[in-house]
Amino acid sequence: MTDRTSRRAFLKHGFAAGATASIAGTARAQSADPLITEVQPWAQEFGDGVDATPYGLPIRFEGDVIRRNVEWLTADTVSSINFTPIHALDGTITPQGCAFERHHSGAIELAKDDYRLMINGLVDRPLVFTYADLERFPRENHVYFCECAANSGMEWAGAQLNGAQFTHGMIHNMEYTGVPLRSLLEEAGLDAAGDLKDKWVFVEGADASSNGRSIPMEKALDDVLVAFKANGEALRKEHGYPVRLVVPGWEGNMWVKWIRRIEVTDGPVESREETSKYTDTLEDGTSRKWTWAMDAKSVVTSPSPQAPIAHGAGPLVITGLAWSGRGAITRVDVSKDGGMTWETARLARPGEKMALTRFYLDTTWDGQEMMLQSRAMDDTGYVQPTKTQLREVRGLNSIYHNNGIQTWLVRANGEAENVEVS
Amino acid sequence: MSRFLKSATLVAMLATVAVPGLAQGLGLGRPALPEEIAAWNHDIDPSGADLPTGAGSVMEGEEIFAERCASCHGDFAEGIGNWPKLAGGRGTLDRDDPLKTVGSYWPHLTTAFDYIRRSMPYGNAGTLTDDEVYAITAYILYSNDLVDGEFELSDQNLMDVEMPNAGGFIVDDRAKTEYALWQGEPCMENCKDAPVKVTMRAMVLDVTPQDEDAEPQAPSAGVVKATATQEAPAEEAPAEEAPAAAAFDAELAKAGEKVFRKCKSCHQIGAGAKNRSGPLLNGVVGRAAAAVDGFKYSRAMTSAAGEGLIWNEAELSSFLAAPKSYMKGTRMSFRGLNKQEDLTAVIEYLKSAGD
Repeated sequence: MTDRTSRRAFLKHGFAAGATASIAGTARAQSADPLITEVQPWAQEFGDGVDATPYGLPIRFEGDVIRRNVEWLTADTVSSINFTPIHALDGTITPQGCAFERHHSGAIELAKDDYRLMINGLVDRPLVFTYADLERFPRENHVYFCECAANSGMEWAGAQLNGAQFTHGMIHNMEYTGVPLRSLLEEAGLDAAGDLKDKWVFVEGADASSNGRSIPMEKALDDVLVAFKANGEALRKEHGYPVRLVVPGWEGNMWVKWIRRIEVTDGPVESREETSKYTDTLEDGTSRKWTWAMDAKSVVTSPSPQAPIAHGAGPLVITGLAWSGRGAITRVDVSKDGGMTWETARLARPGEKMALTRFYLDTTWDGQEMMLQSRAMDDTGYVQPTKTQLREVRGLNSIYHNNGIQTWLVRANGEAENVEVS
Repeated sequence: MSRFLKSATLVAMLATVAVPGLAQGLGLGRPALPEEIAAWNHDIDPSGADLPTGAGSVMEGEEIFAERCASCHGDFAEGIGNWPKLAGGRGTLDRDDPLKTVGSYWPHLTTAFDYIRRSMPYGNAGTLTDDEVYAITAYILYSNDLVDGEFELSDQNLMDVEMPNAGGFIVDDRAKTEYALWQGEPCMENCKDAPVKVTMRAMVLDVTPQDEDAEPQAPSAGVVKATATQEAPAEEAPAEEAPAAAAFDAELAKAGEKVFRKCKSCHQIGAGAKNRSGPLLNGVVGRAAAAVDGFKYSRAMTSAAGEGLIWNEAELSSFLAAPKSYMKGTRMSFRGLNKQEDLTAVIEYLKSAGD
């Protein structure tokens, strides 16, 4: 059943035609291409006028580049997650419209005029800001990835979901515009907090879940942003419009959406989201808490199960994404033989701190089976571990923070499958 | 406009005056009032210092739980379907698939109190009184065999309850246990024993969602069409479809759609509707009770259906006015619609969203 389904999907991509073309190589085409020799309607008639699409969506041919949900994962879509179609994207910036969503009680509609942000607790002056107030603070622009702590979480016990979108799609990468949290805290005054070393901020959203999280003051004063724009435009409703928190390099659950309150406290609140969830259970039954940083990780996005090779042997671009929540990606290696031998890939641009890095391996495929892997390294010297190495330390019940090396088995016919290897 | 200018000037003046007093601030924002802080500052940390005054017993909790929580979490906090299980699981944390519940996993009882008070019942957050929160928390403790049936929980004794897994957490130790190991120049050649073998395949499990459509471009076209037809009926459809739906009142249905917001956290209706914590409601008016495939109805609902209950307007109206008294044992945790006009309107809406 599965084989048949994927075969259909695969044939759809036109492997047969591609294979013929590549065998023909540079030889003369058999007959003239009517797309060239015959006048096509788009070359004859008018296209749309400038008033056709005041705000544009991708052309309909790209209608399969969408977020997808895995229904059996959760009880209800209002407390669930969907996945970024990373297998179909290139570059590093994730368009907002297909950037994964994670809600705990649904994406709420909160107007800028109704927006209030309170700062209270151990501050000199508890304050309330409107949206307009936030726009009067000096603001910054930064590109950061946001990865759910549970990304790849379904793969702890073994290869399960067949597609990079599903195994690694709880991630997006955007350019944020916002005000440093530090500026707002300083506006409220931190003298009342005394020694800042052991202080925390508790952040919560305006939605019913409120999704409260505690963040140590050191991080709060370092690089956390109170953001209102992403990729140049307003945040989307599903990403926290009008204002969300951006906590660079740390698990997505802390990036509180619709942020409405920031409280300076003298300890963590130990909310539901930082005790019963987002804690990582080890083999002996004890659990790690405060595992905030997302470790270095990478994945080949193409070829992959949803992006099979459709052109047969010959020139092939292997590409993927790498990131680290503890710094910048310095190198990505790719293996075609399941980790036996490795080649260093080309980074499209030098890695940037806590942002996605695109890598390419421009290669020639011999048409034989491949076991494709990628391995990221960051500027702390950390090397992305294998799944086996991770399991040796953590067991199988960790749920969160699975950054093990992914393997795609690419067959001679170009189809790819999520597998694990010896 | 002049008023705006005046107040703007005033604000500007105040800001100028205020600035020297502020460390390095810009004078933006305004002071948060004590009653505003009180309205939002609800978090309760493990010290328990901010617990509100109040009390609630296991027995009170059982009743509230049955009405407000059991439709998702089960009568005994055992959880229904994929909804969280709140009880059981002690001794499973070091096994395969540990069961993490309030009793087996949560380190602090303050967390449960905080979360229930802040975010429950699901879809109707923040509507419980503090006493009700104490009672529900007490019942969850009871469901986990942590207190007996006579127990009453209050701000005075909450901190005395010992949570079984309180000592089960360690602070992130990856720096020592992982970062130290996975460092340095990695292997590039002959890195493992040949030959490398496939040890597990995702296709064997077959749990990956498949797109139904054959053509990649279909979804976006479909979405556009669906939106267009959804918006149309309010203005045009009723007139055209008048013969088919003689008794149908579009205005009333529109009012009913607003009332239906109260139902939405559990029920879906219309194209693509699915069962959630309540069954999908397409075509419910005039249909037999408990007739939606794949929905697990309460025993009360199934037996009423067995006795021939049909959801005609009169029955629906009595049910929705007071679900629990109309049908003892229904899982529907809704309290009921008080106003007759709301009842009529929502039923009209249910009709309009036919099948």
